[in-house]
Amino acid sequence: MSAAEKKRIVITGIGVVAPNGVGVGAYEEALRAGRSGIKSQESMIEQNFGCTVAGTPEGVDDLCEKTFSEEELLAMNMNHRYASLAALEAWKDAGLERPAHDSEEVDWDTGAILGTGIGGMDTIAGKVVPLTDAKRIRRMGSTCVEQVMASGISARLSGQLALGNQVTTNSSACSTGTEALAMGMERIRAGLADRMLCGGAEAASHYIWSGFDSMRVLNRGSNDEPEKASRPLSASAGGFIPGSGAGVVLIESLESALARGATIRAELAGGGVNCGGHRMGGSMTAPNPTSVQRCISAALTDAGVDPRDVDAINGHLTATGADPKEVGSWARARGREPGELPPITSTKSMIGHGLGAAGGLEAVASILMVEKGFVHPSVNCEDVHPEIEPHAASIPHELLEKPDLDVLVKAGFGFGDVNACLVFKRYKA
Amino acid sequence: MEQSEVMERVVKILTPWVKDEGALANVGMETNILEDLKVNSARLVDVVIAFEDDFDIEIADEDVDKVNTVGDAVTLISAKL
Repeated sequence: MSAAEKKRIVITGIGVVAPNGVGVGAYEEALRAGRSGIKSQESMIEQNFGCTVAGTPEGVDDLCEKTFSEEELLAMNMNHRYASLAALEAWKDAGLERPAHDSEEVDWDTGAILGTGIGGMDTIAGKVVPLTDAKRIRRMGSTCVEQVMASGISARLSGQLALGNQVTTNSSACSTGTEALAMGMERIRAGLADRMLCGGAEAASHYIWSGFDSMRVLNRGSNDEPEKASRPLSASAGGFIPGSGAGVVLIESLESALARGATIRAELAGGGVNCGGHRMGGSMTAPNPTSVQRCISAALTDAGVDPRDVDAINGHLTATGADPKEVGSWARARGREPGELPPITSTKSMIGHGLGAAGGLEAVASILMVEKGFVHPSVNCEDVHPEIEPHAASIPHELLEKPDLDVLVKAGFGFGDVNACLVFKRYKA
Repeated sequence: MEQSEVMERVVKILTPWVKDEGALANVGMETNILEDLKVNSARLVDVVIAFEDDFDIEIADEDVDKVNTVGDAVTLISAKL
């Protein structure tokens, strides 16, 4: 099927709980200003982490008390809180009402694919393991299972919004949130749903981050300067900085959006997902460059977009040794010579690496950039990595207003050698 | 502790889980926790844990099975104080 024959998918709602801004307005303002949400973390200092900074959203508990009932909060760990807040914001942004608890109506045409990379680790570490080891099983109560089951975040949301279509949680490490949008898009295109809430969430927990610290993939060299710690694209990138939060997008068939008079923020023109098979340089922890390139190309083909028409790239770009290879893949996938790459930016430079939340958080940033015509700065790369130097002119260090931005490509790559790529377009009737 | 005080604390503990707030306003010893207050049955184990913490008592699983009404809870707790 050619791109023109596929059902058009549009974005009518976005919601975000990010380290540098909770709520879409605060997030956009922070992105434009190049403001970091990375902070020093007491829990990491106390537990002798090598890296003691991370991206954590602020003010979430207060917002939760205003948004959820006391009973709901008793069963909502951090992952649930982030995911639900972002999803409800996206729902409201799309002009939809939260149904009453005692209503018996189910929305059979709307579903959710909300992913997570690690899941309810704060509940596992704080309750399940200590209470089980202490032989105090019954003290866990009724709410542990729903908070540690991988699908807990999407299940929670289905109850809050009476969703009756497919409700599930995907998990593909750091490509989770990006993959969720691609999966939701496919479902709507197939005519199986009208609307899907898609994205990802990850809790802020040192129990999630400790394994990465042990792998020595977190930057240990900037603990005294948290805001400068996340350094994608730079020569001084010493590893990524863990992040957390949630980003959720309401995607919808164009017919559905038009029929209900919804405000359309952008179009999700296409996407691609694949895996490198741990071959050709790929492994559990490293991407196969050929598969990355194929994923990007597949997404562009799916969207019917010529590689030369891409106006901006929101990369995966974590601040590890993979950044130069990723930039090379972007250049090859687009058939461009050095210096011809469009603006390329890293949202992680401000919020860190949100793991399962990364794709959702960065999709929201990407949608804002396409809708409003700007490219947010990629901070902390004054010293561009030598291997990226040929493309240095494509990296915006300051806010770049770009009213002619029509096509933005967003990718996410994850442990397991998995890739996901999305093509966002300015909406034109 | 007076039974009325136990009752007051039991109702306060139950409150977050109550779905029928009208029934809560007219709560009495005969009020059924699941049927009248519409507490989700899966959450009863959490209610019992909250009773244990608030009154500093231990409630055996077999005793939990006998609690249907607010009065059942008040009687069970009072006997352990």
